[in-house]
Amino acid sequence: MEIRENEEKKFDIKGLDLYYGKFQALEKIDMDIYANKITALIGPSGCGKSTFLRTLNRMNDLIPGVTIEGDIRFDDENIYEKDYDVINLRKKVGMVFQKANPFPKTIYENIVYGPRVHGEKNKEILDHIVERTLKEVALWEEVKDRLNKSALGLSGGQQQRLCIARCLAVEPEVILMDEPTSALDPVATSKIEGLLGELALKYTIVIVTHNMQQAGRVSDNTAFFLSGKVLEVDNTAQMFSNPRNSKTEDYITGRFG
Amino acid sequence: MNKKSKNAIFYAIIVSLSALALISLILIVGFILIKGLPGITTEFLSQSPSKMGKEGGILPIIIGTLYVTLVALVIATPIGVAAAIYFNEYSKDTRSVRMIRFFTEVLAGIPSIIFGLFGFAFFVVFMGLGWSVLSGGLTLTIMILPTLIRATEESLKTVPMSYREGSLSLGATKWQTIVKVILPCCKSGVLTGLILGMGRAIGETAAVMLTIGGSMRMAESLLDPTRTMALHLYMLASEGISEEKTYATAALLIIIVLIINTIANEISRRMIKLS
Amino acid sequence: MKAYEKAIEKLILISAIVTTVSVALITVFIFKTGMPILLQYGVLDFITGTDWSPTSEIFGIMPLIIGTLAVTLGALIIGVPTGIACAVYLSEIASKKTAGPFKAAIELLAGIPSVVYGFFGLIVLVPAIRNYILPIFQKFNPDLNTSGFSILAGAVILAIMILPTIVSLSENAITAVPQEFREASLALGANKRETIMKVIVPAAKSGIFSSVILAMGRAIGETMAVLLITGNVAQMPGSILDPVATLTGTIAMEMSYAGPTHQQALFAIGIVLFIIIMLLNILAQAVMKKMGGVN
Repeated sequence: MEIRENEEKKFDIKGLDLYYGKFQALEKIDMDIYANKITALIGPSGCGKSTFLRTLNRMNDLIPGVTIEGDIRFDDENIYEKDYDVINLRKKVGMVFQKANPFPKTIYENIVYGPRVHGEKNKEILDHIVERTLKEVALWEEVKDRLNKSALGLSGGQQQRLCIARCLAVEPEVILMDEPTSALDPVATSKIEGLLGELALKYTIVIVTHNMQQAGRVSDNTAFFLSGKVLEVDNTAQMFSNPRNSKTEDYITGRFG
Repeated sequence: MNKKSKNAIFYAIIVSLSALALISLILIVGFILIKGLPGITTEFLSQSPSKMGKEGGILPIIIGTLYVTLVALVIATPIGVAAAIYFNEYSKDTRSVRMIRFFTEVLAGIPSIIFGLFGFAFFVVFMGLGWSVLSGGLTLTIMILPTLIRATEESLKTVPMSYREGSLSLGATKWQTIVKVILPCCKSGVLTGLILGMGRAIGETAAVMLTIGGSMRMAESLLDPTRTMALHLYMLASEGISEEKTYATAALLIIIVLIINTIANEISRRMIKLS
Repeated sequence: MKAYEKAIEKLILISAIVTTVSVALITVFIFKTGMPILLQYGVLDFITGTDWSPTSEIFGIMPLIIGTLAVTLGALIIGVPTGIACAVYLSEIASKKTAGPFKAAIELLAGIPSVVYGFFGLIVLVPAIRNYILPIFQKFNPDLNTSGFSILAGAVILAIMILPTIVSLSENAITAVPQEFREASLALGANKRETIMKVIVPAAKSGIFSSVILAMGRAIGETMAVLLITGNVAQMPGSILDPVATLTGTIAMEMSYAGPTHQQALFAIGIVLFIIIMLLNILAQAVMKKMGGVN
């Protein structure tokens, strides 16, 4: 299970348990997430992969009745420590959701929302951020003439790329993606998949996906979740060609899930 | 009796009772408007009353109504919106929160004359504010709070969870999320609550009667006594002072209510269209 | 930043507590002012006494209670069937096109200030009762007489005033009845009337019931309308054409000229009114809770 010892660990997770009330949703998760790599989380519905993803930027805080035990270290700091700065964590660990969720504001306002919240007021810098991030998600050409139109007027795929741009505007180190293409058509999906490779040069990406081919195509490492446990973590090519666990093999080859 | 005639009777009863409700509305509104509209002249709107309201206009009374309503809205709106934010965004379903909610419901059910008694005992006498715009406005503030809270909370509930998640995931604080994302989505809901609260404040009589004094002179400060249109209508009607002025005052109140209802309906129609 | 957020949260919590504090203050001030006379006069004597002569310091509020109950009961007898019929019409019979305006009309009824209702009652209903209703009654009982200020006048106006409460809450309850119930009943060969009467209305009965309780609270608490049309005579009524004084009307009427003891007695009436309304509120909430998620 040890892959590339020498590379920089972004997240170091040890013995993570998560409970919704009395129900245990995650059990003894041990995993490392490496910098500038794409890590895919796969597994059948309800296996805990999305729940796990949300522990990494503490979005589970929003859900009442969640309790967490164990350790998640981000850049060597335990993010569940009592006085840990969650705002700063979320600034560094951005998130893209399953369903594109642009705010009911203009395209421009959506992107500058994050920087503004973090105190950026300079119009030139904000304009620059808008252009840079929209270019990074290959949306600039499509929307540069209607930056002041509502973001809700964009197509589903454009909205999702806008949400990625909005996330990039905060200059995160990690981007968490929760099935970002599951609501999109194949064309929009391939556009976003195409982006991921580019983004991985600058950012660390953790992506939850239902789509086995997608995991195979885009990720460097893959973790297979089943019933709240991580059954296997490995280099993606390695896992797909030669899974160590028979259940992983069953899942990858489509025998259940 | 066979099924057919049973059905016929059933529908006849339902429809005629419904018609009865509609007729009583038309009768009340129509009668008062027909009798009162001719009395609403520029003179009536722009002059002060004389001879206890038998002659002249009701300008100081319109102004008094505005003052009292304004005081109530200015104080109640921030409190009501904040309370709704608390219920929808901050509170957890604990015993104490359920209790606060329960008392908000209770407050909505308290009869206006009790508010009047309270306003008199607390604001007029205990706080020493006397019969004044302020005493009346503060009493109305408490009365319209539940309306405002309810309307704001309803519209907060319609804001999708994904907006909150999106904002928080960008590192915004909870308060930033509320101010910059959630509240802008609720403008129309808050506005509806405000307008309904305004309607309640303008139409209220019993609570105002015991707290604002009833003076027909133009109020010059918050501590001056005044009279609202609803109270004026009661005074004129109960003392049989001038039929023409009474009708005109009632018609003016009806017109205000019609305008308020139209605006509230229009806002909620637009809200439905948007969502 | 954190301290700022915490401070905001405190402010918001304080705003949320304003309503609770208000209820507490209202309770304290009404009770504090009214309690002394209540204890001095005797709670039982105060409530069961049949003579209300405040100028001679005789405070028996039974006539006022009877007056309030009579007017409220009358309003419910007229208003409940009408309100439920409107709710059924709105949710089961009317087309979308007619339902919209009809609903707006009912909402408008709720917006009209009570003093306007009272004024309308005073100039239309009171003379109508004197001139047209009285002769009908006199055919059965020639000794009857009335000025028109009466239980009947109060009941009719209150019935109109409580309609919006009954209609909107009952309609909610009826609309919340699952569509499957209707389909199941119709599939068994029942017609629409049978479905409404035997399936839908019974399924919505707790919602309808709680609407009636709230309407009752509204009728009991209503002041200005009854003040203008029930005559404000604190006596035991003999017929529905007799004038009565209500709890609320008496407070509103007499506060303006009451001396200190008399004023206290009016606050004591406030206590009685407050307790009645509280009990009704609690009852309505309990009924709502019992019917679970429907509302």
